Formats: sequence, structure tokens, C-alpha cells
Amino acid sequence: MNLIRRTVLGLIAAAATAPAAMAQDTIKVGEINHYKRMAAFAEPYKKGIELALSEINEAGGVLGKPLEFVYRDDQGDPAEAVKIAEELMTREGTVMLTGSILSHVGLALSSFAAEKEYLYLAAEPLADSLVWNSGNPYTFRLRASTWVQAAMLAEEAAKSDAITYATIAPNYAYGQDAVNAFKENLQRLKPDVEFVAEQWPALFNIDAGAEVQAIERAKPDAIYNVTFGSDLAKLVREGGDRGLFDGRSVYGLLTGEPEYLDPLGDEAPEGWFVTGFPWYGFEDGTPGKTFVDAYMDATGETPKIGSLVGYMTAQSVAAGIARAGATDTESLVTAFEDLTVNNTPIGDLTYRAIDNQSTLGAWVGTTAVEDGKGVMVDWEYKDPAPYMPTDEEIMAMRPAE
Amino acid sequence: MAFFLAQFLTGLANAAALFLVASGLSLIFGVTRIVNFAHGSFYMLGAFIGITLMDILPGHVGFWGAILLTGLAVGAIGALTEIVVLRPIYRAPELFQLVATFGVILVIQDLALMIWGAEDQLGPRAPGLRGVWRVFGEPVPKYDIVLIAITPFILFALWYLITKTRLGVLVRAATQDREMVGALGVNQAWLFTGVFALGSALAGLGGALQLPKGGADLLMDFNIIGEVFVVVVIGGMGSLPGAFIAAVLISVLNVFGVTYLPQSTLVLMYVVMAIVLIVRPYGILGREEVAGEHGQVGAPEQPIRPYGPKGIALVGALLFALALVPLFAEQFVMTLIVDMIVFALFAASLHFILGTGGLVSFGHAAFFGGGAYAAALLVYHTDTPMELAFVFAPLAAGVLALAIGWFCIRLTGVYFAMLTLAFSQLVWSLAFQWRGVTRGDDGLVNIWPAEWLNAPAPFYYFTLILGAGGIIFLRHAIHSPFGYALRAGRDSPRQAEATGIDVKRVQYAAFCLAGAMAGLAGGIFVFSKGSVFPTVLEIGESFDALIVVFLGGVKTLAGGVVGAGFMTVVEDWLTRLEYWRLLLGLVIIAVVILMPEGIVGTLRTLWRRIRNIDEETVK
Repeated sequence: MNLIRRTVLGLIAAAATAPAAMAQDTIKVGEINHYKRMAAFAEPYKKGIELALSEINEAGGVLGKPLEFVYRDDQGDPAEAVKIAEELMTREGTVMLTGSILSHVGLALSSFAAEKEYLYLAAEPLADSLVWNSGNPYTFRLRASTWVQAAMLAEEAAKSDAITYATIAPNYAYGQDAVNAFKENLQRLKPDVEFVAEQWPALFNIDAGAEVQAIERAKPDAIYNVTFGSDLAKLVREGGDRGLFDGRSVYGLLTGEPEYLDPLGDEAPEGWFVTGFPWYGFEDGTPGKTFVDAYMDATGETPKIGSLVGYMTAQSVAAGIARAGATDTESLVTAFEDLTVNNTPIGDLTYRAIDNQSTLGAWVGTTAVEDGKGVMVDWEYKDPAPYMPTDEEIMAMRPAE
Repeated sequence: MAFFLAQFLTGLANAAALFLVASGLSLIFGVTRIVNFAHGSFYMLGAFIGITLMDILPGHVGFWGAILLTGLAVGAIGALTEIVVLRPIYRAPELFQLVATFGVILVIQDLALMIWGAEDQLGPRAPGLRGVWRVFGEPVPKYDIVLIAITPFILFALWYLITKTRLGVLVRAATQDREMVGALGVNQAWLFTGVFALGSALAGLGGALQLPKGGADLLMDFNIIGEVFVVVVIGGMGSLPGAFIAAVLISVLNVFGVTYLPQSTLVLMYVVMAIVLIVRPYGILGREEVAGEHGQVGAPEQPIRPYGPKGIALVGALLFALALVPLFAEQFVMTLIVDMIVFALFAASLHFILGTGGLVSFGHAAFFGGGAYAAALLVYHTDTPMELAFVFAPLAAGVLALAIGWFCIRLTGVYFAMLTLAFSQLVWSLAFQWRGVTRGDDGLVNIWPAEWLNAPAPFYYFTLILGAGGIIFLRHAIHSPFGYALRAGRDSPRQAEATGIDVKRVQYAAFCLAGAMAGLAGGIFVFSKGSVFPTVLEIGESFDALIVVFLGGVKTLAGGVVGAGFMTVVEDWLTRLEYWRLLLGLVIIAVVILMPEGIVGTLRTLWRRIRNIDEETVK
């Protein structure tokens, strides 16, 4: 019994002596992510942030103070993320939150932000509901949503002769949203398309041989792929061996991102139409190339899309705080609405006031293998605006503001 | 027809690696009785080491040589793990070792990340086996055929080893009665080490053999472990032919499930396991566990007594201190204590059936998450006032326990544990896939407390009263006639039956009470976080509770509560560091080795030794 008392008293004592908010000589931002559980994605993201921070602080920081990110690991658990958010907000003295890759953690943080009236910039989570159905005034989002990226692929698919489609997507909310968005957009553009098979492998636990056989059995004209990571590698290998992709057009969401294309090496699929991040194709003198060079100088690694997102997250935070001129939440929220961030790798970036979504678009192109590596060729950067739902539709989706 | 055959071949090829890993686990369990959760980690190590070796060794010989060398290397790592981590704790309470294996998982995860980096690695192709052969016109990858051809040889080699060699005789003898084997002069320690190494080597082989079909990544340890346990349990724990049949059954069914019921990929194997266990409670080829075979090891336990006046005064003082916290502490301390109380209540409810009832549940999160979801669904869909929705949490969890318990309670030991796991996976998949109602893993958000509670201090008192109240209520139940009947059923079911106690019914009631209390914890949880996601129903959530109960001490009253407090604080500190998983793993292993009776149990023993009280005079 003694022990319980000692444990709790010890806890209280420890809590009291743990590093409390340090003297306010820096502006701190809380960054919550799954650094261990999703290390392959979180590490480049963190390096992107560090690069931007070093540039910002060399140029004098924001509001005359250095900008600092406090990194915390949430183990990929939404409840843990909320707990850390509360600690960052009440004890660390951070002025706002960023982070999360997984959509459900992003949604938990967004719900927390709305309730506690605290600003959250969701960098990577792709879920549409983050800014639409579950959107709130305190949550902003950087990356182009699932809907927009799927719509870009659907536009290209509508140009082809393919009538019957098979879809394969990981069996969770992101996969289902991605398939629905593709279907809706494609059927609107080309009403006679037919979806003949829908495959739902478990995330990171695909039974690739069986999935390939099931798709082959439906004999589709084209395939829409949402799998990524180790699932994609297995699908590409089994599908390639069994000739699934021969004579079929394939549309791949995120397939062109270096995170997923690089590990495939010379077995990367060829001729798929994908969204991704063709950093190797940026021309000298463009802001994108400047970022790529700076990143490779600083880290000695090639950039992933996570690097770009991390970099732009820190840029957005700095721009938002500078525009607000203060660090209280009300000023920050006001500043983020219609905030324009200059000199990002894609040029100027704006956070729309209507749904707090940034105007970051996506790169689309065709995959090929060059020098034993998968790359995107014939790519272009697409602005998201034409692919967004109309303002009225968005207003109808967003809960009353 | 050709298509069916091709599908069947795909299933058989998948079964190869699965069987290897599962047979290793089954061997280890059969002989050492260790539920080895780190088995998936050995599989992952096999994949990474295999890739590294294949890079170094070229050509045909290199490829197949690398696979064999991987087996040896992983076997050596397994032996080392057994000697360092598990050997010191064989005399600890039943299933205590699984906590240690959990620590091993964490350590291996971080070490693998340090050594091989975060990026997924694509496995090398088997030389000369790229492409397909046509079987009745259907393409079948060459490597699949090779795998299918290899498996019978492995099965035969294992069968030969087990039935025809001296080692096999010892293994079979130890599986049946390890005390007797020890009494006959066999060095048990080395037998256990040898079997553990063999099992680990098989897992490593499995990891290396699957490389041409996939690769190595840092999530594969958790991804395979569920499937492997299902295979071992369906086959009957300790049975190699059973594991083979089950591996084929599960793999082939999965392939057909993918084609004809694509949405079923998440739960199919758990449904199969539930059905098999309900029809055949010991798996396809398993034997009924002999009573007492691995029941009570170590010193006979002191009966648990209520606290004396001193103890009660101490608890009172503690509660009083906790009640004063909002007066001086900052907000985050209150949040942390709320988290602690919720977790402590959850752990205490598991401790109630585990410690007092002797029922090891691997699926307790179903009730915690079930309660959380019940309250959240009401608020989300019908705008039910928070107070009403909250009451619904323990009720719904209790009803859920009533339903699940009806199937599970007839089983015992590990089979009971696995059936609860299967049902909790079913509940999880319901929350995960029924998006129209639960929003899937987008979760239910904006579930905040009623106006009068929605501030740190009031919610803190709300949690303190209900949480502490729940824990005290459970402790009273332990000392009530009901609790005594439950303990009688745990210690000696036959004698308990003879005195007129309906053991199964008492256990059923206890299971429901524990479920309701876990639901209460879930109710507090959802309103403190404001959202709920299927993660609260995951296997990991169940194991968090299990681990803290063991860490705190199964055979003590305060074990669950102390373990939960200890874990919350340690985790809160360690996750701030870069390699927190490594450190947390080491902390867990250290606690397990230094305190084999759990934190409370070991401290109590120490205390008695210091005070020089003889065990006998304590009465």
C-alpha cells in the first residue's frame, strides 16, 4: 500500500520538477507524430522541418525570436496524441500544434483543437473529412486531399477507352475514401464505366497472389491502385510475374512518391499513371530545385514527399506567426485564413478561408524505370482548384461555422 | 477448375512460411509453456538478416546458403534471448514470461531500426526462379511451386526430429510432463534453450524464405504474430501436424476469401478460429490440458486478506491526497492522473478475473473499447446527454461480456485466452468496417463531457470518484463470498464443485462484472479524450492491460493498479527520448527478471524479509 502512495507522490514530485516551460526566448511549436511506428515516413518529414527551421532562424527567426519545434512521439495512438497535445499546450508553452501522418490521429487532434480552441496545422493526414465533414475553424491542412488526387487520376482515366475497372485499396478509411472519390469523379466524367471488382486487402498485410488472381478473374480494362508501402511492393511483384498489368492501364494513387517507388528499385512498375513527387525532374532555377539541392546538401539523402511536406509545414508556421504578429490562438487563426506563404518549393501557397485547406496540388505523371530506379516521366504539377468541390458543396459539408 | 487449382496453389505457397513460423511457436509452447510474443520479431529478424546475407553471397548457392545461415543466426539470437531473459523466470507465475517476450519485441524493433534503417526493403529474387510456370493455362509463379515442394520436406524433417531422435524423445517427454523429465536427470535448462533456439530458427527460416515474395519491413513482426497464433491454436498448441493442417487451412481459406468476399480480409481467420474452438475446444489435434500441469509453480501462495486498519488508513490518506491535487497542481498533472486512474480501473478489472478467477483474457479491450464506443455512439448519433450515455457504457460492456462469456467460459487456459482474443477482434472489425455507424477508423469525434463537467477540476473529481470507487468495489467483491467462490474455482475446481459451487457460473458472473468495470473505464476514457477510434479495441490495448497486471503482480491485490501507475509514468517519461522503445523494453525485462513476483509481490516479500517475519507467522 505504501507503494501506491509512494508511486503517486513520486509522480507528483516528478511532474513538478520536470522541465516546465522554459524562459520564453524562443517561439515553440508542438509537433506530434508517429516517429517510430511510421519511421519510413516520419524521418524525412522531420528532416524537412529541420531544414526549414535552420533557414528561418538564420534569417532572424519570427517576431525577432528563433522558431523551435518540440517533437513528441504518440506511438500512432490517438489517445496518446491528445494527451501529449494537452501537455504541449498547458506546460511546454507551445503556441500551436502540427503533425500526424495517420488520418485518425489527425482527426483526434483536430477534435481536441476545436474543443480547446487551439490551432492545429495537419500536415500529412489525407482524410477529406479533416477539412470537410469534420472540419472546424481551428484545423488547417497542408497536403492535397485524397479527393483531389483521386480526381486528377480520374480525369486522365476518363480520356482512355477503358470501360471496366478493378480497384484495389487497403481496407481502412483512407482506402475506402480513395476508391469512392475515384469512382464518383470517373462516373461523372464518363457515365458508362463499370467497376467489376473491388479488392480490400488488409493494410500492410496483403495476400498479393490471391488479390492478383481475384483481379485477373474479373478481366478489367484498367486497374486503380491505392495500396502503398510493402503492400505495393508485393502487388507489383506478384502482378508483374503473373502478367496482371500486361495490356491494362493502371492508375496509382501516391504510387509515384519516392517513399513507395524507391524501395521497388528496378522492379518499379512501368507505364502506370500516378500521383507522386518527381524531384529528380525539377529544372535548375526553379524553387523546387532550390529546395531539393538544399535538402540533399543538408541531409546527404534524396528528398521524399515527406521532406517537402515537413519543409512547407515549418514555412507555413513561420509565415502564419509573422502575419499574426502575435502568438495567441485567436490572432493565429485569423492569420492563417487566406494566409499566403511565399517562396515555397511550389511557389506561393495559400490557405483557403473557406475550408482551411492549402492550395498545394499534386504532381501527376507516368512511371518508368531509368538507371535501375523507378521514376515519373512526362509529369506535370497540377493546381488543385479545378478538382475541388464547389464552394457551395463545401459549405454544405462543413458543419455550421 | 484450373482457376480453383491455381488459387489452391497460391494458398499452399502462402502456407509454407506460415507453417515454418507457426511450427516454431508451437514447439516452444509445447515444451516450455511460454506464450512467445516475440516470435514475430524473430521472423522479422530472419527477413532482414536474410536480405543482408543474400547481398553478400551471390548466385544459387548464395541464395539458399543465406537462408540456411539465417536460420542458424536467428536460432543463436533465440538461444541468447532464452538464456538472458527467460531462464531466470521459469519459476514465475504462469504466463508471466509473456511480459518478458513483450519487452524483447520492443528491444528488437528499435535495434532493427538502428541497424537496417526505416525504409522498406524489397526481397531479392530467387536466382533462376523469376517468372511463372503455366498450370492448366493459369500462371503460377515458379517460386510458389518451389515453396510448395519444400514444405513437405520441412514437415518430414521436423517429424523425423521429433519422433526418431533422442532430442525428439526428450521434447515429447517434456511436452507431456516436464517435471518428470527433470526428475529423470535431464538438464531441463539446456533442453529449453535448445527448443527455444530451434523454434526461433524456424521463425528466421520463415522470414528468409518469404523474401522473394515480399521483403523486410519494420511492421512485419506485428503483422504475422496474430496469424501465427491463430494457426497454432487452431492446430492445437504443441502439435506440429496440427500446425501444418491449420496453416494450409487458413492460407487456402484466405485466398478464397479474397476472391469471393473481399471485405473479409481482416477477420476471416479469427472467425475460423472462433468456430474451431467452439466445436473443438483444444484445436484440431490438441490434447486437453492436464490439470495442474502448469498451474501453480513457485512457493504456495498466501491467502489474500483484506487490509487491516493501517492499510485502510493509508488508502484513505492516498485518496485524500489525490482529492487535494486540483488545489495546487497544474492542469497536465490532473490529465495524467485521470489517464492513470482510467488505466488502473481497466487493469483492475482484468486483474479481477485474472488474479482472482485464474482466467487469462487476451481480449479485455473489447469491453473497454465496447463501453467507450457505446457511449460515443449514443452521443454522436442521437445527441444523448452525456450523463445518460455514460451510464450506458458499463451496461453495454456488461451485456457484451454476457454474450462473449457464454462462448468462452467453457474453455480453459490458453484456449480461453485465444477465444476471447478472437471475439475482441470481431468487435474491433465491427467498429473498423461498419463505417455507416462507427465511421470506421475516422472514429467518433467531439464526444466531450456535459457543460458542468467540462473543465479540468470537475472532470478530475468525476474520474477520481468513479475510478477509485470502481477499484474499491472490485476489491470488496474479492472479499465477498462471491470472491471466495471464484478463488476456490481457480485453485481447485474439483473441490469447489464438491462443496456445491457452480464454478463455471461463478466464473461467468465474474467475467461479466469485469467486463462492465472495463466498460466504465472506457466511458470515462472517451469523455476525457473527446474522441474514440478502433485503436481502443486493438489487440495491443488488451495486452497493455495484461502486461501491467503481470508487472504489478498477479497474486497481489494492488498489482493491477500499481502496474498501471508504473507503466503510465514510465511511458510518459521514456517516449520523450529518441530510442524509447529500446529503453522501455529493457525496463520491462529488468523488472521481470528482478521482480518475478511482480512489483508489489516482490516488494512485499522483501518487506517481510527485512522485518524478519516468517511466512508462517504472518497468519
